[in-house]
Amino acid sequence: MKKEMWAIFGGSLLLYVVIVLLIAVGPAIDLARTPPGPGVKPLTPLEEEGRQVFASDGCDYCHTLQVRPLPEDKVFGRPSAPGDFAYATPEMLGSERTGPDLTDVGNRRGEVWQYMHLYDPRAVSPGSIMPNFKFMFHEVKAVPAGVAAVPLPPAFAPKNGDKVIPTQRAEALVAFLMSLKQPAIPGYAMNGGMGGQAVASAPAAAPAASAAGGYAYDAAKGKTGFDTTCAACHQANGEGVPTAFPPLKGNAAVGDDDPTTQLDTILHGRQGTVIGGVKYSGVMPPFAGQLNDEDIANIANYERSSWGNHAKPVTPAEVAKLRAAGK
Amino acid sequence: MAVTVQDLSRTGPTPIRGEQDDHELSSIFKAYTVSATFWLIFGTAVGLLLAFKFGAPDFWAGKYLTFGRLRPIHTNDVFYGWASIALVGTAYYVTVRSCGTKLYSTALAWAGLWLFNIAAIAGTIALDLGYNWGDLEYREWPWPIRLVFLAALIVTVWNILATIARRESQDIYLSNWYIVGGLLWTCIICLVAVLPWYQYGLGQVTISGYFMHNAVGMWFTPLALGLFYYAIPKVLNRPIYSYALGVLAFWTNLVFYPMLGAHHFLFSPLPWWLQTTAIICSVGMLVPVLGGGANYLLTMRGRYHGRIESYPLAFLFVGVLCYVFGSMQGTVEALRSLQAIWHFTSFTVGHSHFTMYGFVTFAAWGGIYALLPLATGKRPGQLGMAVHFWLATTGVAIYVISLSIGGTIQGLDWVHGKPFIQSVVDMEPYYLWRGVGGILMFLSHLVFVWNVWRMTAGKPGDAPSPIMQSEEAGA
Repeated sequence: MKKEMWAIFGGSLLLYVVIVLLIAVGPAIDLARTPPGPGVKPLTPLEEEGRQVFASDGCDYCHTLQVRPLPEDKVFGRPSAPGDFAYATPEMLGSERTGPDLTDVGNRRGEVWQYMHLYDPRAVSPGSIMPNFKFMFHEVKAVPAGVAAVPLPPAFAPKNGDKVIPTQRAEALVAFLMSLKQPAIPGYAMNGGMGGQAVASAPAAAPAASAAGGYAYDAAKGKTGFDTTCAACHQANGEGVPTAFPPLKGNAAVGDDDPTTQLDTILHGRQGTVIGGVKYSGVMPPFAGQLNDEDIANIANYERSSWGNHAKPVTPAEVAKLRAAGK
Repeated sequence: MAVTVQDLSRTGPTPIRGEQDDHELSSIFKAYTVSATFWLIFGTAVGLLLAFKFGAPDFWAGKYLTFGRLRPIHTNDVFYGWASIALVGTAYYVTVRSCGTKLYSTALAWAGLWLFNIAAIAGTIALDLGYNWGDLEYREWPWPIRLVFLAALIVTVWNILATIARRESQDIYLSNWYIVGGLLWTCIICLVAVLPWYQYGLGQVTISGYFMHNAVGMWFTPLALGLFYYAIPKVLNRPIYSYALGVLAFWTNLVFYPMLGAHHFLFSPLPWWLQTTAIICSVGMLVPVLGGGANYLLTMRGRYHGRIESYPLAFLFVGVLCYVFGSMQGTVEALRSLQAIWHFTSFTVGHSHFTMYGFVTFAAWGGIYALLPLATGKRPGQLGMAVHFWLATTGVAIYVISLSIGGTIQGLDWVHGKPFIQSVVDMEPYYLWRGVGGILMFLSHLVFVWNVWRMTAGKPGDAPSPIMQSEEAGA
């Protein structure tokens, strides 16, 4: 009787332990030693505090922190590499994308946008179903010296005229979000879904081979590119957000037949913009590393031909010239 | 061997012991069921609120009621509060009865119940205060709290092993293989999940993949299957179709299930061989799933009659169907081509409810309706069980179907390169239907409370004996 107990329970326990050592503990010990990739750095104390906020308020349940080597993930960055996660403890790769992946969000959104979006996601992203995180902000009568109030559109600002300033919790969280920047790995790109091993292919930022001739503006690509990359701040209707993100509708730089300012802004970012006496506090990140010349030309042409704008179309060649000049 | 099984799974003319003479066992079974029912109500009330928030994101968005804090409270409480406590309660009854003996220690059973509850209460409070162990799926509780849960498991397995050791029969009935296996394996799972030495970066990702599927497949699955092997023959008053098939399913489950966890991280930077092993083992799972499923369905053969004779059997039947189809769905989802579309979408949420609700929760309900009246001598009302059954079945069907369709649309939106917000907008009607399903499911739980009340402290109802007439007697 005792023998049967030992055989069944002892046997199944032993077999299970062996399997677990082989499939989980062994690989984990090995993979925990993965060295950091080039440019992968540990977080600063404030960013680390922000990571704790990210975990304790459960951001990871709707936002992944991993990019797969699949075409549909290209919009979030290059495929994640093993070395990206050397300092990512606790791991927050995530299992659901109710909202978009955040692996490279630090390169795609500025701090001002993050504060506005946390205070009320609908202020910058109509249709978003993310909860607001107003509990991470103070509403004050007078903004203390050295603190920047969050520039909210009137419809989303407190009704009593109070100003909104971030708490330490929000500052830490935004510091963490801004730290989420993928270091570039030249030559590391799609590989037919084969685990993201490095293959020799042109980096996404390289000038398109066909740039010199044969370019035709693709309006559909222009719109998709704009909606995916630019609309978060400048809004789908091109009107921007007052005092935060400038409008592109009727924007002098967009309407200028000389595209230098517009293309330079897309390629290399801009801050401290003043239009008609209004100062815009948003910081635009550079997109030279994320969009190729043809993408940028399509987006620029979409902006030049939408919302009542009528300006001379640009070509990828012009983008390539300014890209080279800006380096 | 077959003779033993028949003895164990039938209520013969002279049962080994009277069903109601074991008052200690009865009160333990009652206490576990009542406690589990509390967590079911609490956990699914939170779930319903979460479903509502998809349509009204600014509703109750304060610090302690924000989506990201309530979400792990929902998953952990239905896992470790409801399903774990309910299945351990039935496991005590199954083990004691199938061994034809008395429980080794009542005190240990009570201690276990306290420990399970302390862990669930402390875990809920910790998560709401923001002490979340890194959003690691199903192991969000701070590690000291998960050690309390481990202590509950150790107390339970000790008690159950000691009970089996004092059995009067020669053989150990199959249910106990699954119950003890599940308890022992889960002790290992809990230990591997807290040991700190390899929980860095990708090492921790490996453990997350291992943990999130082993906590389901090596804990809830074996306990629910063990319950099936006892409750289905008991209700039908006939032996299990094939004992050998059950043994085969046990060992193949043990070989394939532990290795499939990495399929949660397909296309991630985890080593390619680990991902491929997980896919192969996900396909291998068809052996125990189809073997086990066929065994249960063949045991039920000829007893459908086009109408529901017995609600305990109806719950067990839906549980078996969801086990078979939910697991097969899991195999299909693990294939790379389909995972590329479904991963990260709400399809996965549909799958987890198909299995944790359709399979595990229906198994627990079937087991409770089949066995609790035998322990307490009190039956629920037939109408109460019927309302519970139809609300829960309709609700979970709406839930799973809407999220499966919506999740597929979500994934295709991404594949077609639409702006991300499009996938959010397209999900809106499916989130709404998920909420409708959720309301029906929650209402069914309130009816379940009423039924539990009648089986324990309240006035018994009019339901017939959960044990159906055997064919010999009927014919």
